[in-house]
Amino acid sequence: MITAPFEYARPRSVDEAQSLLNKYGSDAKVIAGGQSLIPLMRLRLSQPTALIDIQGIRGLNEVRRDNGSVEIGALVRHVDIQRNAMLRESLPILVEMSNDVGDNQVRNLGTIGGVIAHGDAAGDYNAVALMLDAEIITNKRRHQARDFYRDIFTTALEHDEVVTAVRFPVSTGRFAYTKFRRRLYDWAIAGVAVQETGSSWRVGYVNLATTPRRGSAVEAALAGGASAADAAAQSGSDIDPTSDVRATAEYKRHLTQVLTVRTLQKATMAA
Amino acid sequence: MTQSVAMTINGRRREDHVEPRLLLVHYLREVAGLTGTHIACDTSQCGACTVLIDGEAVKSCSVFTVQADGRQVTTIEGLAEDGVLHPIQQAFWNEHGLQCGFCTPGFIMAAAYLLRQNPSPTDEEIERGLEGNLCRCTGYENIRKAVRSASQAMNRAGAEPTAQLVGSAAAPVED
Ligand SMILES: Cc1cc2nc3c(=O)[nH]c(=O)nc-3n(C[C@H](O)[C@H](O)[C@H](O)COP(=O)(O)OP(=O)(O)OC[C@H]3O[C@@H](n4cnc5c(N)ncnc54)[C@H](O)[C@@H]3O)c2cc1C
Ligand code: FES
Ligand code: FES
Repeated sequence: MITAPFEYARPRSVDEAQSLLNKYGSDAKVIAGGQSLIPLMRLRLSQPTALIDIQGIRGLNEVRRDNGSVEIGALVRHVDIQRNAMLRESLPILVEMSNDVGDNQVRNLGTIGGVIAHGDAAGDYNAVALMLDAEIITNKRRHQARDFYRDIFTTALEHDEVVTAVRFPVSTGRFAYTKFRRRLYDWAIAGVAVQETGSSWRVGYVNLATTPRRGSAVEAALAGGASAADAAAQSGSDIDPTSDVRATAEYKRHLTQVLTVRTLQKATMAA
Repeated sequence: MTQSVAMTINGRRREDHVEPRLLLVHYLREVAGLTGTHIACDTSQCGACTVLIDGEAVKSCSVFTVQADGRQVTTIEGLAEDGVLHPIQQAFWNEHGLQCGFCTPGFIMAAAYLLRQNPSPTDEEIERGLEGNLCRCTGYENIRKAVRSASQAMNRAGAEPTAQLVGSAAAPVED
């Protein structure tokens, strides 16, 4: 379907993007890779009156490491994450996820900033941002991931806020990600991410509530010495899945327990 | 309001005024007259509309024309040189890598990208590399064979993909 008409502008700087967003008002939107936005616009589920294309802004596509953190620019694409040797060392769980986001065509355009700003509970990186206490850096402030994801497709971003980078703690411990889906290029029906940090485990859930979720109850059980199976039995209180065309809520709850055990086993056996 | 765009398509430069909402696939087919790029699912699922922008495979039904301003676009029409089929096209012919042929331009462009990244893919890497393309005639076996044989032919010939395929990796747009 053809999208509704819109005005189009291509700012050269983040400041200019912000003033364009203010000029065009609350129905204007940023466009990065367009891989979430354009499909929505084509279904007319989204009808922005203006698109502010940030692809021409310099400096938003860098990856930097300093003092125990890696900072990934908003315009860094999935394919850039796949190929980044430094990320493979500093944040391998994100690289592993990037290999399974969509397909080559999607990965050549879609950006990490787009995943974060879109705030989709099915966006794989969002669960990792949440569980690792990432920081979302914008033109106006720094958001803590734990306060960022508010509701379905709703984040703490204001209308004239542009995500410029995402900052993760360097995480080199054991990790695993399981993306449960029916076909190769599908989104996760359910996804479970685990990462060892120091002597404890972090757990994140993809597409198991209206927002990404942290497996706090599972983490606490693991910290208390529970076995993977006993800890996974706690996952029910960490998630809030709904029934949809692909699976019932009950099935997803069962799946989450099974996948949590398997993912923990995968992480501990890989080492 | 229209917007001016300039891009190089299959080595030829064009300038046009387009509505910002014009999708690249519609621009290629209806403005540039290059109907080899197909549109099928219309929802970013099938890859029939795959073209290369600066050498990288994208689904042209999910890109606005204005986003490709200043870039190099390669479509299926840009592969053959002087009437000689590109090795990937020839391999699809030889191996019967098509039935109705509707998905073929998209598969060939996705394969061109894949073989440039990885000149000797395993069968599994071919499957992964083409995961964004669907064939409703489900001729996947022969598509895999075609890509494998194209890879062998191109490695034998030491053939680099055509000049237009070699673009700089998505650099920021310059005025
Ligand atoms: C077939 C298909 C399969 C996919 N599968 C997956 C999958 O399995 N997992 C997954 O995570 N994703 C998947 N995606 C989505 C993909 O990851 C997108 O790249 C991503 O969701 C959005 O990135 P984008 O750069 O394309 O953002 P856009 O589509 O350009 O923007 C998305 C939203 O974010 C806003 N936005 C973008 N960048 C910024 C910024 N810097 N500051 C403020 N706001 C911004 C936009 O206004 C818009 O609301 C899939 C997409 C397709 C088409
Ligand atoms: S027509 Fe573009 S992906 Fe199907
Ligand atoms: S050959 Fe008919 S859709 Fe693929």
